[in-house]
Amino acid sequence: MKIERYAAPTILLHWLVALMIIGTFIVGLTVSGMPLSPAKFRYIAWHKWAGITILALVAVRLVVRLLTRAPSLPAHMGPMEQKLAHLGHALLYLLMFSVPMTGWLMSSAYGFPVVFLQLVQLPDLIATNHDLGDKLKQVHELLNWTMLLVVVGHALAAVKHHVVDKDGMLWRMSLRQPAARD
Amino acid sequence: MKFLLPAALLLSAATVYAAAPDPAKSQIGFAMKQLNVPVNGSFKKFSGNVVLDLKKPEAGKADLTIDTGSISLPTAEAVGEAKKKDWFNVAQFPTARFVSTSIKNLGGGKLQVSGKLTLKGVTRDVSAPFTARQEGALVIVEGSMPVSRLAFKVGEGDWSDTGTVADEVQIKFKVAVPASK
Repeated sequence: MKIERYAAPTILLHWLVALMIIGTFIVGLTVSGMPLSPAKFRYIAWHKWAGITILALVAVRLVVRLLTRAPSLPAHMGPMEQKLAHLGHALLYLLMFSVPMTGWLMSSAYGFPVVFLQLVQLPDLIATNHDLGDKLKQVHELLNWTMLLVVVGHALAAVKHHVVDKDGMLWRMSLRQPAARD
Repeated sequence: MKFLLPAALLLSAATVYAAAPDPAKSQIGFAMKQLNVPVNGSFKKFSGNVVLDLKKPEAGKADLTIDTGSISLPTAEAVGEAKKKDWFNVAQFPTARFVSTSIKNLGGGKLQVSGKLTLKGVTRDVSAPFTARQEGALVIVEGSMPVSRLAFKVGEGDWSDTGTVADEVQIKFKVAVPASK
C-alpha cells in the first residue's frame, strides 16, 4: 500500500509546532499560578518568545500548506466526515494564529512590550489599557483551553483512523516512508 | 542711591521664591528594564518646593517629597509587589525625599542639579541634567536622573538579580512651578 504524505516542510513544521505548543502551553499554565518573582519574569519571557516563534512558524506553515498539495483523505470517509476533518484543521490553524496574537495583544495592553530574545522590541499592537489587558488575558486563556480540546480531538481522530480504520492515517504526517508492505 | 540697593535686592528677591509644584502638570516617573523589556511607572503623589529663577538658575533650590505608596506600575500585581519589603517597603518608608545641593548652568539651556536622595532609609548623592523653560505662568523643569536601585536596596533578596531587573533606573521628572512675577 503506497501512502501519500504531506510535503516534507509541512511534516517537519507540524511536529516542531506541536512540540512548541505543548511546551509553551505548560510554561503559560505554570506562570499563571506563580507569585511574582525573577523566575516568573524569566518564564513569562520564554513563553512570549516561544509564542512569537510559533506565530512565525505557523505563518510559514500556512504558506507551505497552501502552495503544496495535501494528500487526499481516505476513500472510506463519507462527505460529512471529510467536511468535519477540514473544519477541524481550519479551526486548528485559526487557533494557532489567534492564541499567540491574543498573547501579544494582551502584552501590549498591559504595557509590557514583547522584546524577542531580549534583542528585538516588537511594536505594541494596541495602546496601554489595563482593563482591556484583563479581558484579553481571559480570551487568551479561553482560546488555549479550546485549543487543548481541539488538539486532543485531532490526536484521537488520527489514532482512531490508524488503529480502528487501519487506513494508515499516521503515515501521512510521518517523517519517513512506511516500510513497504502488501 | 542709598535706598536703591536694598530696593533692587528686594526686587530680585521677589523673583526668587519657593513654590509648590502644580500637580496637574508635574510628573515623577521612572523607567527600568526587565529582561530588556522597558517598564514604566510613576509616583502619583509628591509635594515640595522648587525655587528657580531662569535668569539666575544657580541660585535655585528643590526639595521634593514623594509618597512611595502612590507608586503606579502596569499591573496591579506589580504595584502590590513594589510596596512590599523587598522593594519600597512602603509600610516602613512611606516617603522618599530629594533635596538639591547645587544647580549648575551647563549653557545652551542645559542645567545640572546635584543633591541628596533619601530612599528606603538610604541617602545618596545623585545628579541629573535637566532643562527649564517658561510656559505662560509656569516654569517647567524637566530631566532624567539615573540611579542604581541596588544602592537604595530597592529590590532585595531574589530581586537583587540584575539579570532580571536591571540595576539602572531612570527617574524622569517634570515639575511645573509658578514662574516668578
